[in-house]
Amino acid sequence: MSIDKNQVKKVAKLSRISLDDSKLESLSKDLDSILNFVEQLNKLDTKKTEPLTSIVDKTLEPRSDKINDGKIKDQILKNSPDKNEEFFIVPKVIE
Amino acid sequence: MEKEKFDYYIKTEKNSWEVVIGLEVHAQVISESKLFSGSSTKFGAKPNTQVSLVDSAFPGMLPVINQYCIEQAVKTGLGLNAKINLHSIFDRKNYFYADLPAGYQISQYKNPIVGEGLVTLDMPYGSKKIGIERLHLEQDAGKSIHDLSPDNTFVDLNRSGVALMEIVSKPDLRSPSEVNSYVKKLRTIMRYLGTCDGNMQEGSLRADVNVSIRKKGEKKFGTRCEIKNVNSIKFMEMAIDSEAKRQVELLESGKTIEQETRLFDTKKNETRSMRSKEEAHDYRYFPDPDLLPLELKQSFVDNLKKKLPELPDQKKDRFIKKFKLTPYESNVLVSEIDISKYFEEVIKNADIKLAKNWIIVELFAVLNEKNLDIKDSPVSPKNLASLVNAISSGEISGKIAKKVFEIMVETGEEPSKIIKEKGLKQQSDPKELEKIVIKVLGDNSDKVSEYKSGKEKLYGFFVGEIMKASSGKANPKLVNDILKEKLKK
Amino acid sequence: MSDLNKKSLSEIVNLIKTKKISSLEITNHFIKNIEKGKKLNSFITTCFEESVKNAKNFDSKKNFDGLLSGVPLAVKDLFCTKNVKTTAGSKILENFIPTYESTVTNNLWSEGAILLGKLNCDEFAMGSSNETSYFGKTINPVGKDLVPGGSSGGSASALAANLTPATIGTDTGGSIRQPASFTGTVGLKPTYGLCSRWGIVAFASSLDQAGPMTKNVEDCALLLEAMSGYDQKDSTSINKKKENYSKNLSENIKGLKIGIPKEYRVENMPKEIDNLWKKGIDILKKSGAQIVDIVLPHTKYALPTYYIVAPAEASSNLARYDGVKYGYRSKKGKNLIEMYENTRGEGFGDEVKRRILIGTYVLSSGYYDAYYLKAQKVRKLIKNDFDECFKNVDAILTPSTPSSAFRIGEKTNDPISMYLNDIFTVPINLAGIPAISIPAGQDDQGHPLGLQLISKALDEQKILNIAFAMEKNIAFKQSLNRWWE
Repeated sequence: MSIDKNQVKKVAKLSRISLDDSKLESLSKDLDSILNFVEQLNKLDTKKTEPLTSIVDKTLEPRSDKINDGKIKDQILKNSPDKNEEFFIVPKVIE
Repeated sequence: MEKEKFDYYIKTEKNSWEVVIGLEVHAQVISESKLFSGSSTKFGAKPNTQVSLVDSAFPGMLPVINQYCIEQAVKTGLGLNAKINLHSIFDRKNYFYADLPAGYQISQYKNPIVGEGLVTLDMPYGSKKIGIERLHLEQDAGKSIHDLSPDNTFVDLNRSGVALMEIVSKPDLRSPSEVNSYVKKLRTIMRYLGTCDGNMQEGSLRADVNVSIRKKGEKKFGTRCEIKNVNSIKFMEMAIDSEAKRQVELLESGKTIEQETRLFDTKKNETRSMRSKEEAHDYRYFPDPDLLPLELKQSFVDNLKKKLPELPDQKKDRFIKKFKLTPYESNVLVSEIDISKYFEEVIKNADIKLAKNWIIVELFAVLNEKNLDIKDSPVSPKNLASLVNAISSGEISGKIAKKVFEIMVETGEEPSKIIKEKGLKQQSDPKELEKIVIKVLGDNSDKVSEYKSGKEKLYGFFVGEIMKASSGKANPKLVNDILKEKLKK
Repeated sequence: MSDLNKKSLSEIVNLIKTKKISSLEITNHFIKNIEKGKKLNSFITTCFEESVKNAKNFDSKKNFDGLLSGVPLAVKDLFCTKNVKTTAGSKILENFIPTYESTVTNNLWSEGAILLGKLNCDEFAMGSSNETSYFGKTINPVGKDLVPGGSSGGSASALAANLTPATIGTDTGGSIRQPASFTGTVGLKPTYGLCSRWGIVAFASSLDQAGPMTKNVEDCALLLEAMSGYDQKDSTSINKKKENYSKNLSENIKGLKIGIPKEYRVENMPKEIDNLWKKGIDILKKSGAQIVDIVLPHTKYALPTYYIVAPAEASSNLARYDGVKYGYRSKKGKNLIEMYENTRGEGFGDEVKRRILIGTYVLSSGYYDAYYLKAQKVRKLIKNDFDECFKNVDAILTPSTPSSAFRIGEKTNDPISMYLNDIFTVPINLAGIPAISIPAGQDDQGHPLGLQLISKALDEQKILNIAFAMEKNIAFKQSLNRWWE
């Protein structure tokens, strides 16, 4: 397996990252060499191996159903590049 | 009663098409706080006031799961007769959208908390079983508001992170009315369990509807289209009907159906493609590394099972057996937990047969007319029971009872008070009644002669006059006895 | 006090607690050092006014209960600090001012420490040389043309140059241990779950761990004790009693079994690394430890596994940087999607983009099983290797890095050769276990080299003790001529 420029464009689209056409060539080469590198794993037979699901030896610890957060609108909106008193504002969403 | 036959096929000159429907219902979990954060889930708050740093995906924020939401999902699973998975995993569903702050939704993909289950529908053509594929927990997104400005979209994250249960049915539904019945049944079950309020106006219950068609008798499924985010039962029915017809038209004109996501335009009553959103649909699910596998103990599930309330199907069976109700009556009375509670309250001290009729006929008419929930009924269960008792004891007639009921609806007063104040009590004193009978017969001596000479039809006339003279309060049975006696002479 | 630069963290705490020096005096000392050390570019943000205020406040209160009473510290700019800009070394967070404090830094302040500023790092901790930071590369005080390692390069540089008496970093694949090794300092990556991740800008959630970086092992124990602890806000945090690492520090390691994995003797390993390793083994033997040959058969698959798992998680973790809630937003773009693409295209640097794209690719439909699932299976095998070994040994000794600090620019055009630098550190993150790197010698150019001690989960005390014993015997000396001042 390897990755070509079109695939890179597709993945960039999926990642919502605009790419400079001038950089596409070298980027594709980098990604291709990284993928080739990780494909070493194919040499290993893992048919009988279960994937790792958690690296800590514990299970999920739930919290109780209490309201102890929220009501911090000003904090939430403070860092936004575009907002008004009540909302985050973004360029029009085209449906 | 003769059972109706199932007959929802789209018939054209050439063919008869069967419609195959599967539903993904999104039901908001009843909980105080969100699935992974401590902010409130209350509906209708000012924008962005119920948002924590977790809900708005600030750097370094981490999810911590809400115990109660897990319980709610398990209870719902039990209510759907479903398998509870003791091991389940939370995954990230990755996509970009203005109201999805993290760029992913925490959901469950390969290992949901609830597996296969079953829901029974009562259709006019008999009961029908609908398979449940799975139920999983996930986060709701925020809200994008597109109509406040021409160039911008406004984002409110109050809903972001609220717990949802996605309940996926098997493709077992075959008509809009089955869908209607299925959604209502789910809603009833969840309301009984207290796991979802089912309030569709507030968006607590909405569905993605998968529709495909195939020729009647065919085994293979057709290509399906998914109609996203339909938020009322009526719209679901309309959307299915119009989508199925669209597919029939396509196939009959030799075209093919493309598997895609569509939106239902309620104004035009048609579905349209959402191709812009469709672009590169690749959610890249993977287990959320911020969360660990969720392991439930069997004892935890068993405990919840023990505490489960009586569910609609069980209650219905009990009503039929214990109270000798018809399946129809029973269905009506268990359709909402509050109705069943009301009914059981009334019959604690009143005749069952009379009570159920008064609820199903008179009370429902009033509630319907006034658009009221039974919880807000102006006639309390206690007062309705008194009314029913007044009828069965002969204190008032059924006819007078309706008059009393009308006043109860308006004033909320006790029937005994109304009967007393308005002097509506039935006249059951034989001596008093005899006086009235004698007077009526005396006033109509010519008709009495006619009667005695064979015109027996006049009997009804005498009864009517006597009732009139007593302002409708005369005890009909006594009137009958006395009148017969007097006319013999 | 003229020799303040020679004092360790523990010594400074002592001086403050015994009132030989005030918090303000020591704070001013480090502020002066930082101001003279600008050439190293190890800081992204300083907050001296606040530091001085806090030091004065400490001096007036005279509460010496905290483990870090009155000590000024700088921290990696990956920890969110309340009201102090937090950038993660990225343009996309250039102006982000958190309204909250990370659990780990909060623990430090609760123990009496004072924030000096935020230290440079590779963008989103993605890098092994501190060259991917949007705020410019950091220089290794060991040599003008040397990288300090990464991603906690700013932390290592500032520590080695005495711009902070100790510091904390984060380690996803070696980001604490490799820069510690490159700068002649001590760095420990704790067991996954020992330190809370709450409030730390996430890179790869299943691998990220915060840890101490210090001048010696004693400081390392002290700082680990201060920063670690259970946190309910992090679902992966381990719920256990806090340990007294510094109090329990002991150089008695007699009878401990130390494993030497042959798989770490990699091809083309410089002779001096091999010699360093041998020297470490000799020291351990002398201290009464028993040396055992062990095997970690899947070692060579660790890096490829890491370069699937880490980018996959990162691609998702970094989706939140979309110009909506905080951080940079591009002015270009007529609609939401264009705004996203331009914001992320302009806001992220090349290495971050590479990793997001790789991560997106390995998770995408049709590739998930071949890459991501495969990697999670191999990760299991790697973890099993360690589990198996720790049935027989108390700890494992390896070199920290396959070379000493490389030159600035040397590896920037070859991602793979850069990645290979983490070959000895990455397996430890994949297994979620702790490891410490201690300075153990110099190469022929006088550049420091480190040795790594690894233990099973939650056995930090054991590797601290072994490191403590080795430190005494190694007697590592580094005298920098403070060329940057």
